[in-house]
Order: sequence, then C-alpha cells, then structure tokens
Amino acid sequence: MSVLDISNLSLSFGGVKALQDVSFRVPEGTVTTIIGPNGAGKTSLFNCISGFYKPQQGTISYEGQVLSSGIKPPRRAALGLARTFQNIALFRGMTVLDNIKLGAHVHMKSGLLSALAYFGPARREEMVVRKDVEQRIIDFLEIDHIRRQPVASLSYGLQKRVELARALAMQPKVLMLDEPVAGMNREEKEDMARFILDIREEWGITVLMVEHDMGMVMDISDHIVVLNFGQVITEGLPSDVQKNPEVIKAYLGNSDIDSLRKKLNPEGEAA
Amino acid sequence: MRIGDAKQSYEADEAIWTTPTQKMWFGLFLLILLVFPFMADSYLLYLGCLVGIAVISTTGLNILTGFTGLISLGQAGFMGVGAYTVAWLSVNTGLPFPITLVLAGLMAAAVGILVGLPSLRVKGLYLAIATLAASVFLHFIFAEWESVTGGMGGLSLEPAHLFGWSFQSDFMMYFIIVPLAVLMVLAAANVFRTRIGRAFIAIRDRDISAEILGIDLLRYKLMSFALSSFYAGVAGGLFAYFYRVVTPESFPLSMSIFYLAAVIVGGMGNILGGILGAAFMTLVPEALKLLTAALTPFYPNAPVFMSPMLEIIFGALIVGFLIFEPHGLAEIWHRIRRFFRLWPFQN
Repeated sequence: MSVLDISNLSLSFGGVKALQDVSFRVPEGTVTTIIGPNGAGKTSLFNCISGFYKPQQGTISYEGQVLSSGIKPPRRAALGLARTFQNIALFRGMTVLDNIKLGAHVHMKSGLLSALAYFGPARREEMVVRKDVEQRIIDFLEIDHIRRQPVASLSYGLQKRVELARALAMQPKVLMLDEPVAGMNREEKEDMARFILDIREEWGITVLMVEHDMGMVMDISDHIVVLNFGQVITEGLPSDVQKNPEVIKAYLGNSDIDSLRKKLNPEGEAA
Repeated sequence: MRIGDAKQSYEADEAIWTTPTQKMWFGLFLLILLVFPFMADSYLLYLGCLVGIAVISTTGLNILTGFTGLISLGQAGFMGVGAYTVAWLSVNTGLPFPITLVLAGLMAAAVGILVGLPSLRVKGLYLAIATLAASVFLHFIFAEWESVTGGMGGLSLEPAHLFGWSFQSDFMMYFIIVPLAVLMVLAAANVFRTRIGRAFIAIRDRDISAEILGIDLLRYKLMSFALSSFYAGVAGGLFAYFYRVVTPESFPLSMSIFYLAAVIVGGMGNILGGILGAAFMTLVPEALKLLTAALTPFYPNAPVFMSPMLEIIFGALIVGFLIFEPHGLAEIWHRIRRFFRLWPFQN
C-alpha cells in the first residue's frame, strides 16, 4: 500500500526542466529517501508535493486522492502532509514552545472572540495542545531544557530538532524532511537518525526524506529513489541502489569505481 | 525577587502573570488608575484620557504592524471611521455609548478588511503606500460626503450617555476610557496566548513556513487588519466623545505616523510596548512644555527659544531611542525585571 503515488510528474521553469516524467511510490510505514546530486530536482519535487509548485504534467496521489493544483499548501497540511525545510524555516522571534504549538494550528478550532476573552473553549484547547506538545513531542525529542528559549539563540542542530518537533505537532501521516542532518556533527546526526526511526516505528508515520549523507541514508532507509537531472534513475532497497552503476556514475562521474578508488588512494589497501 | 515558582499545572505556566509579585504589581497599578482621577487636577485628567485613547489605538496598530508585520499608515483613517460612526449615531439615533462604540469598532473593522485586501499581494513599503492611499481616500470621504459627515464643518455631538447618566466632564470620561483601555489591552494579550496570535507572528516571521503549517495567509492577514482597525475604531469613537466634535482635520496623516512611531518607540510586537509607546508619545511633548514653563522664571526668553525647539527635541528623543534601544521601551522594562529576578541573591 503506497501512501504517496507520484506518476509522470513534469515541471519546468521556462526552458529548465526541473522534473521529467518522475514516477515512484512511497510505501506506507517506510522511510523513503530521495537522493541525487545537487540540482537533481529533489527540493522541486518536495515543493510540488507541498503545493508550492504546480507541475505541468502528471499527478500526485495522496491516500488514493489526487492532489490537484487547487488544493493549496494550508489544505495539504490539514490533510496530513508535514514538512521541514532545507534552510531552517522556524519563526525566529518566537520561543521553542510557541514554534511547536504552531504545528498544531490546523487541528485547533477556537475563533477570534474566544481568543480575545481567553475563556472557555479557547483556553481548554490551548491546555490540551500544551499537554500534548509537552508529553508527546518535547519529551520524545529531548528538548525540554530549551522550551522557553527564543529559537534564534539555539545551535543549528537544535534548531533542526525544533523544526522536526513542529512538524510532528501537525500529527502528520507523511513527514517530509528536506536534508534533516545537513551541517550537523556526528552526535547530532546519530540523534536525528534515531528520532527518524522512532517516528516511523512508534508513531507509524511514513517518512519521505531528501538527504546527502550517504552513511545515514543507507542505514535508515527502507526504500531509496535516485534522481538525476530531474529523472528517476533507479529505485529500490539501499543494498541494490548502492551497487547500481548508474548511481555511481551520477555521484562520481565514473562508472569504473575501482579505478577511481585507486586514483584517489594510490596506497591501495594500506588504508 | 522570584524564587521557588515551580508550576503545578500547565494552566499556571501559561498565565499572563506567573508570579505573585507580578500580580501584586498589576493590582497596585489598577489601584493607582482608580485613585488617579480623584487626586489629579483637570490638566492631568485630560492627559490621562488622551493616553488611554492612544493606548487603545497603539495596541491596535501593534497587532497589525508589530505582531503581524504589516506596515500601515491608515490608523488615523480607521480612527476617523470610528469617530464619524459614533458622531453620526449619536446625532441621528441617540444610542447609548456601549452600542455606538461597538458599532464604531465594527465599522472600522469592515473598512480595515477592505483596505487589507491588497496585503496578500504587497508587503513592506508597498503596503504602507497602499494604506496611505486608503487614508487619503477616507479623508476625502470625510470632507466631501456632506450629508453624512457634515463636510469640512464636521459633526458636533452630545456627551456619551448610558441609563440617564451623561458623561460630560473629563472626570466622567476617564471612567469610560481607562477601563476600556485596560480591557482591550488584556484582550490583545490574550490573543497572543492562542493559535490566532501565533498565526499572526508566524506570518510576520516567515510567511511561506506559515502556509506549510496550514495557516491561510489571506484569512489571517485580514483578521489582523480587522482586529487592528476595530481597536482604532473604538479609540476614534472615544476621541469623538471626548472632544465632542469631529472634523476631517481631527485625523490627519501625521496622526498615523504618530501611532506608527508609538509602536516602534514602545516595542514592536510587545503588548507592554504599545502602552509605553503611547504614553511616551503623548506625555513627552507635554513634559517638554512643562519644562519650558519651569525655565521661564530663570530665562524670560525660554518660551521664544524653546517653542521651536520642542519638535526638534521630541524628534531627537525618538531617534535616540531607535539607535540605543531598537527593541523599544518595553526592552528597558524587561531588563529591569531580569535584574531583579533573583535579587538580592544574584544579579
């Protein structure tokens, strides 16, 4: 059963073809990773799924429903598509807690009048969200010590984690992560990998990820889709993708991996 | 001093005042507001009412510009809509003031929504120009729609009334203006404890990100415009009852700039900032006049010398604040609070 079904998607900006006839499925309950060199169209694909770009051709189906271009980003969020950004897109003026609470926005209902009075439904709803955010998300991501801090004062790794927390507060069915570990140190990467696996296993959320860190991609992905120049080169299990000569060529520019290795490391097996 | 304030519930943690000390200070502040009109002379009472009106309008503009990040030069225009609504209603219907003020707010909110419509497409300076155009347009309507607004001569109205009481003096007006200002500021603070206030701030900080979280930009931008101009409308209505005459010249463009300056000097996106900014902008020119009067016995030429200087000193003070305290007066207050948080054990 696939939760997202991308078929024959094409997107171009003027003469530049960002995506050409891209088709693949994201099986439910998996960590599916899209890899590919810079400019391969990974983020464009994410933007199509979130509804920021309108593909010229092809369809995106989510849980059997075709997401037409009339379904705008806020509506897609309400349907259960959550996302983090490559360049952190947190609200810098707000505290960590408020940022995470914003994730729950689509699931809250209180209107302006009850907000002005902060009485009755609005107050009860705020308390429910606070409790949920505290117990389900802040504890899980181990960020309780920073909940009162403004986001701008946090380290890069923690900001990424807060962005993940905000996406989780949306109670998504599909979580799209755009380079979740870029620029992190080893320890932060390991934490993030652990969180992603827990999200899939304990919460049953399907993860669709774009990532460059091959070590992590191969370790935690169930399914890998390789993009190059806007086209799907191959897809499959990590072990299969790793061996695919097309993939090696796309990444290293040379299909003869052994000669390349020798060139880089003349000592041979000494290392 | 604040120690041992461990919270037992999320409710307590989300309160506006989280410590007994804060509650005590707020209670004391309310008490002062209550006692003030009985102690103050007519001049101070007059200033008190002006500050109250300015606080309501500044808080309104703060919601729009400080919290939602939409610059508006239409605040005086929205106040004018409120003032004319109150004036027209009281001349033609004689309704009591709570009803006229609410209608003034709603009328201004409706106009605010119309003016806010371009905000989905234009931001920053372009939006400022769009709202400027709206305020010129409103001014034109005030001056030309004679059958309703009385043209350049404006409208004169009876004092505010309720249950046979007539609020004729500044002393009486104080008891309408100040409680209303307190309530409206508290209501604004409440908004920013809920999802709606967070959505406003999200739009200010990063609108694309807000959209991905399911925030409908147009809806919330218009809501911010409506709420902000509701505050302006009520402030304008109070203005009408306070001066009991409304003319097109009551709400010049410079007034919009005055409120924008109040928001910036007080602290953008800070409820306390709206209060401090309004008080600063209203009281400092008066304080400078008092200073002139105090200097006169020693320097007989002081009025001649000082009167042109007042505007310059006032302007210089604003520029000074922008340079030395870009986060506004509210930040100074927060710094003082931080100092005393663990005082006297650590500072």
